[in-house]
Amino acid sequence: MKELTKLTIAEARAKLGAKEFTSIELTDAYLAAIDAANPALNAYVAVTHDKARQMAKASDARLAKGKGGALEGIPLGIKDLFATEGVHTQAASHILDGFKPRYESTVTANLWADGAVMLGKLNMDEFAMGSSNETSYYGPVKNPWRARNSNMDLVPGGSSGGSAAAVSAWLCAGATATDTGGSIRQPAAFTGTVGIKPTYGRCSRWGTVAFASSLDQAGPIARDVRDAAIMLRSMASVDPKDTTSVDRPVPDYEAALGGSVKGMRIGIPKEYRVEGMPDEIEALWQKGIAWLKDAGAEIVDISLPHTKYALPAYYIVAPAEASSNLARYDGVRYGLRVPGRDIVEMYEKSRAAGFGREVKRRVMIGTYVLSAGYYDAYYVQAQKVRTLIKRDFENVFSDGIDAILTPATPSAAFGIADEDMNADPVKMYLNDVFTVTVNMAGLPGIAVPAGLDQRGLPLALQLIGKPFEEDTLFRTAHAIEQAAGRFQPAKWW
Amino acid sequence: MSVSIDTVKRVARLARIAVDDGDAERMSGELNAILGFVEQLNEVDVSGVEPMTSVIPMEMRKRRDEVTDGGKAADIVANAPATEENFFLVPKVVE
Repeated sequence: MKELTKLTIAEARAKLGAKEFTSIELTDAYLAAIDAANPALNAYVAVTHDKARQMAKASDARLAKGKGGALEGIPLGIKDLFATEGVHTQAASHILDGFKPRYESTVTANLWADGAVMLGKLNMDEFAMGSSNETSYYGPVKNPWRARNSNMDLVPGGSSGGSAAAVSAWLCAGATATDTGGSIRQPAAFTGTVGIKPTYGRCSRWGTVAFASSLDQAGPIARDVRDAAIMLRSMASVDPKDTTSVDRPVPDYEAALGGSVKGMRIGIPKEYRVEGMPDEIEALWQKGIAWLKDAGAEIVDISLPHTKYALPAYYIVAPAEASSNLARYDGVRYGLRVPGRDIVEMYEKSRAAGFGREVKRRVMIGTYVLSAGYYDAYYVQAQKVRTLIKRDFENVFSDGIDAILTPATPSAAFGIADEDMNADPVKMYLNDVFTVTVNMAGLPGIAVPAGLDQRGLPLALQLIGKPFEEDTLFRTAHAIEQAAGRFQPAKWW
Repeated sequence: MSVSIDTVKRVARLARIAVDDGDAERMSGELNAILGFVEQLNEVDVSGVEPMTSVIPMEMRKRRDEVTDGGKAADIVANAPATEENFFLVPKVVE
């Protein structure tokens, strides 16, 4: 039999149901894998051995009675952004030093209600601000992938870098993640995993540490499309505690898999052919087009004229919302406190010591664009451009396009401590050039592995769908997965 | 538009983040790079365009105005750096 940790969620679910092994055995296999790999990969910031075993034992009892939930006994990793009762929750920031919430986020509560087992909390960029997992207080995560004949450490992408690395390196069966500008899809692309950002409002944001409230959405990172569909069904819900969560039934996404894409109209936006894009990315895109064409889809050239303005508009809207959301970290109610002469000095010193460089930079930008005299010029202008970005998508969907196919990222994973990226924050921001439009418009987007570059590193395609048509994305992504095959790193850690 | 070191210090004060002269100088470079990048938004014709308020058309859900939760003072202060009898402690604010 295959190693327990190499099974997909769907495979483990079937074998747990058939009593081929227990959840305790599966959980112990994952805990052993984490203990062995984490010193090298740094994917977990906290491992909850005892809690995992307790939960697995309870799952085994339910399975024995034939009363298992949809994820009964499946060991998952949880991004450090989700509040987990009594367990390390710090958004990978020093400012939440020692924070252990007295409550559970709605998304994780949904997973536990369906029987999932928590292995621990996953590393990430501090407050989900970053594209390389290098802004974490706990240090960078290493990508389980390396280029052929190279021992250079690569980033796993970000901000959900721990989630993507842990799924790719078989350190959890699946992971929760969040996406504000590409933070699920870009790390999934860099690690050969599948990540979906659902429609804004599909998952409750309650109990998830807020970054930019009008853009943040939770979603899964998983080994394949089916596993992502299984996880999203459990994560999604309407929640009275989040008024932006949407009251509509959660479909059985897994049922969409295997459906035909024949006759679907797939849009190819010319604006995603950006200057300086490597030939390999263009070639990958053409391969994706050919696969969907072969499967019977109709390929249509479309235009989304405001695409190039999405990233600059994002770098006004997201920091503005972040500066407001992060005002709560003041050294009074939780986390780090650095004493000062008076209360203002205490605030200033606590925040100076508690926030990392990237977080400070974004809080400063946000404060600046919201300050008197600049609000209209920056913030209102960006929100108007956002209306135009969303209108571009509405226009193509009303012209009969069912889904849009683009590359997921402009490159494969890059090196840790890349000099170009470190010297210029805007260069790092350009990682999200293909993903950020989706957040600005509130749409669902999925990244699905589609091939390897010349150095043997994974590359992915992105599919963008209409609001609440995640099932269409799963169906189409599954067709791509069937054609492209699956990709796994060679173990070095 | 270029952000001076004095402006950085003023914004840092508004954001309640202590910065020294070295921080302020570095940040002014970074902030100018980002503000230079977002400048291109000015080319977009937005006449007659409403600013986005919500990506998904929805009416704010409301509930009855009644007490549904409470009695959790100990939970609320549990993570605070300094407390006394379920109050947050802060340095003296009023002489």
